[in-house]
Amino acid sequence: MKDKILYGYTGIFNTPDAIISAANEASAKGYRKFDVNTPYPVHGMNKAMKLPPSKLGYAALVFGLSGTLSALLLMYWISAIDYPIVIGGKPFFALPAFVPIMFEVTVLAASIATVLTLIIVYFKFPNISHPLHDTDYMKQVSSDKYGICIQADDKLFSETEVIDFLKSVRAEQITPIYFDNEEVNNKTTVFDKKFIGLLVAIAIVVSIVTYSLLNKAMYTIPFNWMMEQAKVSPQQKSTFYSDGFGMRNPVDGTVVRGQMPYQFKGNPEMAGQMLVNPLAMNIENLNLGKKKFDIYCSPCHGYFGNGDSRLRGQFPNPPSLHSEKVRTWKDGNIYHVISEGQNIMPSYASQLTREERWAVVLYVRALQRAQNAKESDLQ
Amino acid sequence: MSAHQEKIEYSKKELSPKVLQIGFLLTLIGLVISIAAYFAEPTRAAFMNLVLLMFLISVGLGSLFLIALEYLAGAVWSAPYRRVIEIIASVLFVLPLVALPIYLNMNDLFHWTHAGIMKEDTALANKSGYLNLTFFSIRIVVFFMLWIIFYLILHRNSLKQDSSFDQTLTKKGIKWSAVFMPVFAITVTFSSIDWIMSLEPHWFSTIFGVYYFSGTVLAGLAAATFAIVLLNSKGYLVKGIKEEHYYSLGALLFAFINFWAYIAFSQFLLIWYANLPEETYWFLSRWEGGWLAFTIGLAFVHFVIPYFALLSQPSKMNEKRLLTMSVWILFAHFYDLYWLIMPTYSKGKFVFGWNEIGFILLGFGLVVLFFAQFSKNKNLVAIGDPKLKRGLDFRL
Repeated sequence: MKDKILYGYTGIFNTPDAIISAANEASAKGYRKFDVNTPYPVHGMNKAMKLPPSKLGYAALVFGLSGTLSALLLMYWISAIDYPIVIGGKPFFALPAFVPIMFEVTVLAASIATVLTLIIVYFKFPNISHPLHDTDYMKQVSSDKYGICIQADDKLFSETEVIDFLKSVRAEQITPIYFDNEEVNNKTTVFDKKFIGLLVAIAIVVSIVTYSLLNKAMYTIPFNWMMEQAKVSPQQKSTFYSDGFGMRNPVDGTVVRGQMPYQFKGNPEMAGQMLVNPLAMNIENLNLGKKKFDIYCSPCHGYFGNGDSRLRGQFPNPPSLHSEKVRTWKDGNIYHVISEGQNIMPSYASQLTREERWAVVLYVRALQRAQNAKESDLQ
Repeated sequence: MSAHQEKIEYSKKELSPKVLQIGFLLTLIGLVISIAAYFAEPTRAAFMNLVLLMFLISVGLGSLFLIALEYLAGAVWSAPYRRVIEIIASVLFVLPLVALPIYLNMNDLFHWTHAGIMKEDTALANKSGYLNLTFFSIRIVVFFMLWIIFYLILHRNSLKQDSSFDQTLTKKGIKWSAVFMPVFAITVTFSSIDWIMSLEPHWFSTIFGVYYFSGTVLAGLAAATFAIVLLNSKGYLVKGIKEEHYYSLGALLFAFINFWAYIAFSQFLLIWYANLPEETYWFLSRWEGGWLAFTIGLAFVHFVIPYFALLSQPSKMNEKRLLTMSVWILFAHFYDLYWLIMPTYSKGKFVFGWNEIGFILLGFGLVVLFFAQFSKNKNLVAIGDPKLKRGLDFRL
C-alpha cells in the first residue's frame, strides 16, 4: 500500500431525514467538496447541499434546438430540393407536415445529448474508476443506508476536524477511503488493448455469423422449405416445354370468361358504323354513366365535358365534348375513343367494363343534349 | 418526519374589502358596456356573451377538475391551497345567469335552430336528433345542475373537515371525485360541442372536446395560480407554502400550455393534410380577411410566449413571473375562445371594438367578485385536511 492517498471520510446514516440534516450541516460548516450517496433520489437534497442549479439544462436546450433546425433543413432538402414530389396537392415545402418530425428530432436530440453530456462532462468518461467503488461503504449506501463522503481536497479538510464533525452529526461507521494503485496512476481500463481487441473480435464474429445466416443458410436445405415447391412460379424456367418457358399462352381462339374481344382495333370508321349502344336510355344507366364519368373522365374533361381540367395545367386540357365534331359522332365513335384512347388520352378499357363504357356514352349524350337543347325539350 | 405534531400556523384573516370593491367595479363597468353593446349590435353582443360564458365555464369547471384531481391522485402538495381553488370554482353559480341572454338569442347564434333549414339539408337532417332546441335545453340544464351539485358536495365536504378534523371526510371526497371525473369528461366534451362546435353545424372535429378541455384546465390552473401566489405573498395563507409549491404550479401550467399546443396543432395538421372541403372551411374562415394575423397571433400568445416565459426552473419559482403569466394565460384563453367563436359571426372581416371589451371586463370581474363574496366567513386553508402537514413538508 505504498500509494495510499486519502480520498475522503465517509459516514453512514439510517434515515433520509438524518442525511438531509447532515448535508445541511456540512454545507453550513463550509464544506464544498462533499457528496451524498443514497439508494434513491432524496427530495430536498439539492437545497441541503447548496448545489447551484444544474447547467445540464443548457445542453438540452442547445442540442434540442439544433435538432429542430437540422430536422427542418433535412426535410427541406429532401422534399423541396433533392426529390420534390407533389403529395396531396401540397407545396413542396409543406411546413405543417414537417412539424411532427421536427418535434420528434428535438426530443431525441435533447435526450441523447443530455445523457451523453452527463456521462462525458460530469462523469469524465472514459475514466470509469472511482475511489468509492468496491468499498464496503458503497455496498451499504446502494442498498438500504444513506452515506456522506467529505473529500480530502476540500479547502477546510483536516482529518481530526472531519471525524469530529461526522461524530457530531451522529454518523455511524466513520471510515477513511483511499485511492488504490490504479487510480493514483490514473489508468483507465476502457482503452485497454485486450478490451478493445475483445470488442473487435466480437464485432467480427457477429458480422460473419449474421451474414452467413441471412445470405447463405437461409438458401440451403432444410431452411428453404417455402422457397422450393413443386409448382411453376411466374417467370420460372421450365424443362418440360421445348421452348423453356414456364408461363404459357392461352390456346388460340379461347376467350376468358366474361371478356368480349374488341373487334374494331385501329378502325374508328368501322366502329362508328357497326356499333350500336346496347343500353337503354333510362335513369339507372345514366346514373351509372354519371358516376363513372365523374370518376374517370371529369379530372380532364371537367364535370360537364367542357374540357376545363382540374389538373391546374399539369396536363394538357382536352378539347370540349360539345364541339360540332363530337356531337355529330356516332355512339360507336365515342365508344371507340374510350376503349382505344386518342392522341394523349389512354385507353380506359381496363378501368371500365364494356357496359360501363356504353353507360358513359349515354351520359355524354345527355350532357351534349343539355348544352344544345332542342326547341321541343323546353316544352 | 420529526415535526409531525407541530401545530399549523394559520390565523384566519378576512380578505381585504378592496378585492370585493375591485370585483364589483370591474363587473359594473363590464355590465354597463355589455348592455350598451346589446343595444348597439345584439347579434355581435350575443356572440361575445357566448365567449364570456365559455370563459366562466373554463375557470369554474377547470378549478373543480383540479380539486377532484387532487383527491383522486392523493396529491399532498396542493392540499395547503385546495380551499382557494374551491372558492374560485364558486363562479359556477353565475353560469345560468350568463347563459340566459344567449338562450334568448339562440336564433341569431345557432343556425340549426331554424326548423326549415334542418329539414332541407340532408347532413343537418341526420343531426337533428341531437341538435334540437328541446334536447339542447335539457342538456344545458342538466350540465349546469350537475356541476353545481358536485361543487356543493365537494366544497361542503371540505368545509366540514375544518371543524371536525374527521379523516373519513377525505375518503368521502375521493369517492365523490371518482364519480365526478367521468361526469366531467362527458359534460366538458358535450358542452364544447353544444356551445362552440354547433355554431357551424356542418363542421366536425373529433378532437374538439379535448381541445376545449386543455383550455379549461389551463384557465382553472391560471386563476388558481394567480390567487394562490397573490394571497400567499400577502400572508393570507398558511405559513410554509414555498418555492417548491410555486414550482409545481408553474410546471403544471407549463405542461398544459404544451398540451394545448399539441392538441391544437394535431387538429390543424389532420384537417390540413386530409384537405376535405367539409372540414377545411372552418380553418379557411379563420385564415381569410383580417383573421390571419389573429390566427398566427394565437400561436404566439397561447404557446410561444408563455412557453419561453416559463421554460427555465427559476422562472417557475419567481412570484412576479407567475403572477404575470397566469393573468397572461387567462387572457390567452379569452383570445382562444374569441378565435373559436367570433369568426362565425363575422366571416372574412376581423372585428374587435368597445362592444367586446365590456364582456372581457365582465369575465374577470365576475371571477374576482365571486371569489371575494364566497371567501367570506371561511378559512382560506383547509386546516382539517390530514394531508396539510405533509403538503407543507413537500420538497422537490
